[in-house]
Amino acid sequence: MALLETKDLGIAFGGLRAVGNFNMKINENELIGLIGPNGAGKTTVFNLLTGVYLPTEGAIYLNGENIVGKKPFEIVEKGITRTFQNIRLFKDLSVLDNVKIAFHHKMKYSTAAGIFRLKAYWKEEKEIEEKAMELLKLFDMQDSAYTTAKNLPYGQQRKLEIARALAADPKLLLLDEPAAGMNPQETKELMDTIHFIRDKFKIAILLIEHDMGLVMGICERIVVIDYGMTIATGTPEEIKQNKKVIGAYLGE
Amino acid sequence: MNSRWKANTINTTSIILIYVILVLLIRMGFINSYYEGILIEMGINIILAVSLNLATGYLGQLTLGHAGFMAIGAYAAAIFSSRVNMPDLPLLLISIIIGGLLAALLGFLMAIPVFRLRGDYLAIITLGFGEIIRVIILNLKITGGGKGLSGILPLTSFSSVYFVTIITIAIFYTLINSRHGRAIISIREDEIASEAVGISTKYYKTFAFTIAAFFAGIAGGLFAHHTLVLDPKDFGFIRSIEILIIVVLGGMGNLTGSILAAIIITILPRMLMGFADWNMIIYSILLIAMMLFKPGGLLGKREFSLYKLLAGRKKSHGNAPVKNEGSE
Ligand SMILES: Nc1ncnc2c1ncn2[C@@H]1O[C@H](COP(=O)(O)OP(=O)(O)OP(=O)(O)O)[C@@H](O)[C@H]1O
Ligand SMILES: [Mg+2]
Repeated sequence: MALLETKDLGIAFGGLRAVGNFNMKINENELIGLIGPNGAGKTTVFNLLTGVYLPTEGAIYLNGENIVGKKPFEIVEKGITRTFQNIRLFKDLSVLDNVKIAFHHKMKYSTAAGIFRLKAYWKEEKEIEEKAMELLKLFDMQDSAYTTAKNLPYGQQRKLEIARALAADPKLLLLDEPAAGMNPQETKELMDTIHFIRDKFKIAILLIEHDMGLVMGICERIVVIDYGMTIATGTPEEIKQNKKVIGAYLGE
Repeated sequence: MNSRWKANTINTTSIILIYVILVLLIRMGFINSYYEGILIEMGINIILAVSLNLATGYLGQLTLGHAGFMAIGAYAAAIFSSRVNMPDLPLLLISIIIGGLLAALLGFLMAIPVFRLRGDYLAIITLGFGEIIRVIILNLKITGGGKGLSGILPLTSFSSVYFVTIITIAIFYTLINSRHGRAIISIREDEIASEAVGISTKYYKTFAFTIAAFFAGIAGGLFAHHTLVLDPKDFGFIRSIEILIIVVLGGMGNLTGSILAAIIITILPRMLMGFADWNMIIYSILLIAMMLFKPGGLLGKREFSLYKLLAGRKKSHGNAPVKNEGSE
């Protein structure tokens, strides 16, 4: 069974059908690219998958369960987390706290244990502090743990957002243009990191990226959408030769 | 965890030390009953400010109805204590807890519009909510209506206020520095991101509102058994604004700032006794000056820590909540 499967998923904003008949399958541990021209509906697909928008048509199955209608936080509990195209960090909090917050739904100690600082509080707080630091280390950000998030350079803010999404313990991670605004060197490093976390955490990743070369380089499979509809799915090789894809990119 | 133990010792020692000194000063007559009253009001204002800070400073929802919750607590506690026979201290404690619970119930109900509205709309709705409570109290028999409620037992003492205030501060401090507090703060920082990492923003908004209302109710109960007469006029919109001013002055999301500001705002009107009508104007000027020169509140992002001061150590970073201004 596929980890995630969408069936004729779609949404209309007023008269505009931003996404329609969107069909996609993601298997466990797969790294998939989602590409398409500007305004094609890529971010809207993310918003549908994460419960930010309620689809007006179709269904989303995660491990066979239809998750349409679930709240965003419930979908996180079910195993889908994401980053945002225009970074959404907890800007005035430390880098470490940004990550710690994402551990919240996996933590167990009660409000009373927190207020009265019972054993469970100290134990779990210590655990997540260590886990959060480990995650930051993966992104080589351990030295910025106490920096206020908004003071990080742009590239690091993007990395922090990925670290935070990982902290929430996903089975499927959605990355919305994670390399936007990075220089080629940073982008290369980031792609290596994405590959690495996929293997280390054994998760599936769906990646939106504008840079075709880049997506072709790291993804096993690519889904192309235009005007909200899937126009092609296949390996990078297949996509490169697909007439519809070439049309969509050159025809604009 | 040596430093944890040290910090606890320093805090506990200084709390007891300050208490003993103040009680001695009261006993020996250096602090007369007039000043003792001011100390009591300080404690009540601290509880009000710290609790409002949870909803407005930490959760980031501007609310203007805090006096309404205080009123519920005050009337409920006073009505209860007048009908029950019990030794003073347990009677006071049970009364204020009942007041707090009733206020919490209304805070819980008020959280519903909070899900739908934000910013200015929420401020107006909460203001309306506070006024409705006042008008209801004005028209009920059991509350004495416009004549007010009198003959309330004098149960509030300096000691009870002191310890209730300390416990309140401690609870808010540990709450804010727990996973639940982080969840609340994350909503202020970015509600969408907060949901996107698995936090039920609905639950934590309700939670923060209910807790804030509970402690406003507690403050109301202490107030009732201190002033001994309740008048619906005491709980109008001006009162809510006064509490908000304390929070803004101390800094949104700054606990020690709220405490410091509550102390200042309690003393200030006394020093300006002859200018009673000028209070609001002075507050306004104070606020404008703050916005211009210290928009983050008196202490800015810093939290005052006795431990840090005495042990001369750099405070461990960690999860001290920091935030300058409510940026919408
Ligand atoms: N909340 C909304 N209300 C109305 N229209 C919307 C909304 N969200 C997206 N759209 C529209 O849906 C279409 C797809 O937008 P979307 O942001 O998904 O594109 P995208 O593929 O992510 O583009 P880009 O590459 O520029 O990020 C656009 O025409 C956009 O204007
Ligand atoms: Mg987009």
